[in-house]
Amino acid sequence: MLETYWDPVWLTLRLATTTTLLLLLIGTPIAWWLARSRRWLRQPVAAIVALPLVLPPTVLGFYLLLVMGPDGWVGQMTQSLGIGLLPFTFEGLVVASVIYSLPFTVQPLQNAFEAVGEGFMEAASTLRAAPWERFLFIAVPLARNGFLTASVLTFAHTIGEFGVILMIGGNIPGETKVLSVAIYDHVESLEYAQAHWLSAGMVVFSFVVLVTLYALNGKARAGALR
Amino acid sequence: MTTTIHARFRCAFPGFDLDVDLTLPSTGITALFGHSGCGKTTLLRCMAGLQNAPGTMTVLGEPWQTEEFVRPVHKRPLAYVFQETQLFPHLNVRKNLEFGYRRIPASERQVEFDDAVRWLGLESHLARMPAGLSGGERQRVAIARALLTSPRLLLMDEPLSALDRASKQDILPYLERLRDTLAIPIIYVSHSTPEVARLADHIVMMEDGRVIAQGPLQETLARTNNPFRLEDDAGVLLEGRIDHLDPRWHLALFQFDGGQLWLRQDDRLTPGDMVRVQVLARDISLALAEHSDQSIQNLVPAIIDQVDPDVAPGVSLVRLLAGPTPLLSRLTTRAVDQLALAPGKNVWMQIKSVALVD
Repeated sequence: MLETYWDPVWLTLRLATTTTLLLLLIGTPIAWWLARSRRWLRQPVAAIVALPLVLPPTVLGFYLLLVMGPDGWVGQMTQSLGIGLLPFTFEGLVVASVIYSLPFTVQPLQNAFEAVGEGFMEAASTLRAAPWERFLFIAVPLARNGFLTASVLTFAHTIGEFGVILMIGGNIPGETKVLSVAIYDHVESLEYAQAHWLSAGMVVFSFVVLVTLYALNGKARAGALR
Repeated sequence: MTTTIHARFRCAFPGFDLDVDLTLPSTGITALFGHSGCGKTTLLRCMAGLQNAPGTMTVLGEPWQTEEFVRPVHKRPLAYVFQETQLFPHLNVRKNLEFGYRRIPASERQVEFDDAVRWLGLESHLARMPAGLSGGERQRVAIARALLTSPRLLLMDEPLSALDRASKQDILPYLERLRDTLAIPIIYVSHSTPEVARLADHIVMMEDGRVIAQGPLQETLARTNNPFRLEDDAGVLLEGRIDHLDPRWHLALFQFDGGQLWLRQDDRLTPGDMVRVQVLARDISLALAEHSDQSIQNLVPAIIDQVDPDVAPGVSLVRLLAGPTPLLSRLTTRAVDQLALAPGKNVWMQIKSVALVD
């Protein structure tokens, strides 16, 4: 009983961690490009990145289900690679979460990269630093608060995911039954006590995350003034 | 030519069209001089490759930019000192200095870490963060950081203009020492006449993206067709030596190639000092004979080289030679006429005021 009670919590943490790490890898180059490119392509790409912010999660989930399903092109690709189908698996949830939380990684990073300023990058280039060195030794350290904000927001947002998961993950214990779905389940079966424990836990967790985030940002601002 | 710096750029920018074709000496300080907005900083950025503009750039025989290719900034053996220093805020002074230094192979290093630190007086600042430094200290770190890449060309974009007067006075001696001890050519952007007068060996005057005059500093300033001649501070610079002091009258005798002048003694002067003095055209009047019955102390014989009548209504500019040294005198056209001043005539210059440049 205790085992299954904690299962959704561990699953959720595992999903959020995996998603955050993957998104830092995928989101950083996108944010860097958005922050520095002056091409017309910038606006459409920025809009695509921001789409998950405005679309209902069900719309996202519906199309992901189609694309990753047996007749979708991603589904056919994963099948031919011998991975099988992604919907109703943990891996499927990861793919969906990465897309769903993309703006929460890209936007803070993009803002941080834009704030680095061209002057430092130019100075580094006159000091013989190649483009990758300028990125690694100047842009990344100067944007460290952006990385922190992006990680925390992505992690927290993935934990709060519900609609997309329900659409493509269903409700398989230990595989796709995350916290938010478990709460929904408990309420449906009128197990209000369990629902309370999990929900109150989420409230406390979210509060702590946000307070930490604001404290970190406040400290960074004070540090910049010093 | 492998011993010069050649820059040719032609490109439209907002506010002006850059159109220059320059050959600059590979020694000493060349000042890019002009009013703000004349394109001097843009030209410097084009030379560095920080700004894209069609053209060519060759430094000591090495092509940095041709019609076919542009060498990226980080592969050019240059250093750049920015007006706003651009010290990396997340690195302390030592790490800032090492940023470029570490990237130079040991065999190609001409400037050693400890030397640069000593030259710029940074020994006690190495562990500090840039945010805690004063403006003058920050600019000294930026100059040391630039030198530590052992550049073959040092580009400086108004390095003193963001500083207060005291910090400027603090940095100028460091720059003079660099000019006199290092064999690195420096291109120095400035709109400040005193700075240029004190530091530059060669001057390029710019207006609206074009070069309007260039050459060795003293010679260029002494041309009567110098585009800045109508401004009140038209004049020349003389370079020379302090011969001896006269403590009784608080004077110092300044000896230059072509004559000598008395300067007001100043605590800083000692015999043997090499100094520059500025003599403005409006402070030189001319006499046909040596008059000792008047108050002006500095009388120097000269030969008239050229007379430009009516550079402004009623005003003429006379170019004189004291030995090989050119000077300018601004007179009324009536005076020129009454004294029958013409090239070849021997005259006495009565110099009312001489200013030590600092």
